Amino acid sequence: MTYGKEKELLRVENLKVSFPGPGKDIQVIEDVSFNLHKGEVLGIVGESGCGKSVTAEAILQLLDKDTTRYSGKILLKGLDLLELSDREMTKIRGNEISMIFQDPMSSLNPVQTIGKQIAEAIRIHQDVSKREAKKRSIDLLRRIGIPSPEERYKQYPHEISGGMRQRVMIAMALSCLPSLLIADEPTTALDVTIQAQILNLISKFQKDLQMGVILITHDFGVVANYCTKVAVMYLGQIIEQTDVNTLFSNPLHPYTNGLINSIPKLDEDRQKELLSIKGAVPSLAQTPKGCRFASRCEFVTDRCLEEVPTLETLKNGHQIRCWNYNDIRKAEAVYV
Amino acid sequence: MKAETKNILPVYRRSSFMKPAFLYNRSLRRGAFILLFVVLSVFAGSLLTPHDILGMDPVNRLSAPNGSHWFGTDNVGRDVFSRVMYGVRLSLIIGFFVTAISAALGLAVGLIVTYSKALDHILMRICDGLFAIPSILLAIALMAALGQKPINVIIALILVFFPSIARVVRSQAMMIKEKVFIESLRAQGANAFRIIFLHIAPNVMSPLIVQVTHVFAASILIEASLSFLGAGIPEPLPSLGNLMYDGKLAIYNAWWMTVFPGVFIVLIVLGLNLFGDGLRDYLDPKSKKLNGLEKAK
Repeated sequence: MTYGKEKELLRVENLKVSFPGPGKDIQVIEDVSFNLHKGEVLGIVGESGCGKSVTAEAILQLLDKDTTRYSGKILLKGLDLLELSDREMTKIRGNEISMIFQDPMSSLNPVQTIGKQIAEAIRIHQDVSKREAKKRSIDLLRRIGIPSPEERYKQYPHEISGGMRQRVMIAMALSCLPSLLIADEPTTALDVTIQAQILNLISKFQKDLQMGVILITHDFGVVANYCTKVAVMYLGQIIEQTDVNTLFSNPLHPYTNGLINSIPKLDEDRQKELLSIKGAVPSLAQTPKGCRFASRCEFVTDRCLEEVPTLETLKNGHQIRCWNYNDIRKAEAVYV
Repeated sequence: MKAETKNILPVYRRSSFMKPAFLYNRSLRRGAFILLFVVLSVFAGSLLTPHDILGMDPVNRLSAPNGSHWFGTDNVGRDVFSRVMYGVRLSLIIGFFVTAISAALGLAVGLIVTYSKALDHILMRICDGLFAIPSILLAIALMAALGQKPINVIIALILVFFPSIARVVRSQAMMIKEKVFIESLRAQGANAFRIIFLHIAPNVMSPLIVQVTHVFAASILIEASLSFLGAGIPEPLPSLGNLMYDGKLAIYNAWWMTVFPGVFIVLIVLGLNLFGDGLRDYLDPKSKKLNGLEKAK
């Protein structure tokens, strides 16, 4: 391979995304950096509105061209995607990087058969005949576990179930064997049993093709099962990033802690009130001066309100954006 | 218990080869039959009548409908039936070309402006300008500028009607453009051309088809009005409008000169509007009736 020694697939450096707002621009993504190697699954976690989906869409530059402003670097195998022309970018989309969307109900064209749409996804990037594309699509349908693919090929999106539509979306996303797959909450709109099937399917293809996967979710259960590393986002910033085992065994940021503690446990007293993080996410138009989480943090100090914390990298590669994580850890140790 | 369920659940008729699904929609069916009747009578008219549309016969002028002149004769003895049938044919041909070309033009403009803000501003302001003038006045002005020829009637009516089609296409295309599947297509690497013409275009078809039937009806009415006012099809070529104008002069002595062309205008427009309304219900997925199925009585 010509790129990097360790087969680094994607490196995002200081990515900033802003939209024009009333009066001034609104910074939706602030200094997001991460990297992804072949075969790794990066989970991006956070509550709604924290910039998970915008990060994903920024990688493919799907946001409105005229209004969105990007800065920073998005390096795919060493190639900066933000410097590519529109035309070059269409060659990357679907070919090198594919994306699966949240709502399978509306992510297929309602007036075309699913087979035709998969065949089209193939023919956009590969110079194959219509007949060959049809053969490959039926083969893909079979491989993603759709029974009687020849008949399904001729069906319209409204004739198949949500889980099956998401499978079709996966087939389309994988049709050109991309090296990176971005799954933007692929299972949020599906029920729990189908969720597991869809995620197992993605995971199977990820292993077979040695793809890098960015899995956007707000479900820590999904993160624990499928991801190799995790980035936690809050209000457009990455506040903690580490491998999945460290995150669950040794979460440092009070927000991550809050999120993990708010998951109900099976052996817990059922009468006990569920834990939650107090307050609400502030508006992006009025981001706080210091730490963005300060208004909801129980360990808040004067410094947190004044100075923006930097993303600190610990010896084991654990990244954390908090002034007091050491003190908090000691305080918690006393509690326990 | 079984009998009860039978009463609660509506029983639907299935479509078959002999009776295709769209015929179960009542207004669609009626409109289609009226239009079929009009078209068949045009064919029958040219086959069955030996009379020349321009052949004068002053001896038999203003004679009431009879065995040889089914719709009577006019003030110079020309056969009203053959003239009405010729007028219907002319109206349908003009209506067809006006509709087809304004649909194509409207579709192209409506789709292209969704992908270019600059073009959107320019073309839509031109459409707004054309909209601001009442259609009949605009048509008269255009006819005055272009000269009185059948082809110019078509050109004038296209300019009158394509903005309304462009509008409908644009609003629908703007809505479709924001759908997730379009973003998903972009994520697959589809370029703007592919998205506009292969994915947005098929999705704007149903409102377009409905609008087209109304444009068809309206263009026939405006053409008749133009000819009635003497600004449309030039005499002595018969069109439904100038036939009625001729009839107006003799309306107390020869009602058939006015009534028959009038009846055919009503039939065509009624047929097209019923057809259009039926089509709207038939194509609308949210319509309350099940598509292609009608409750059996």
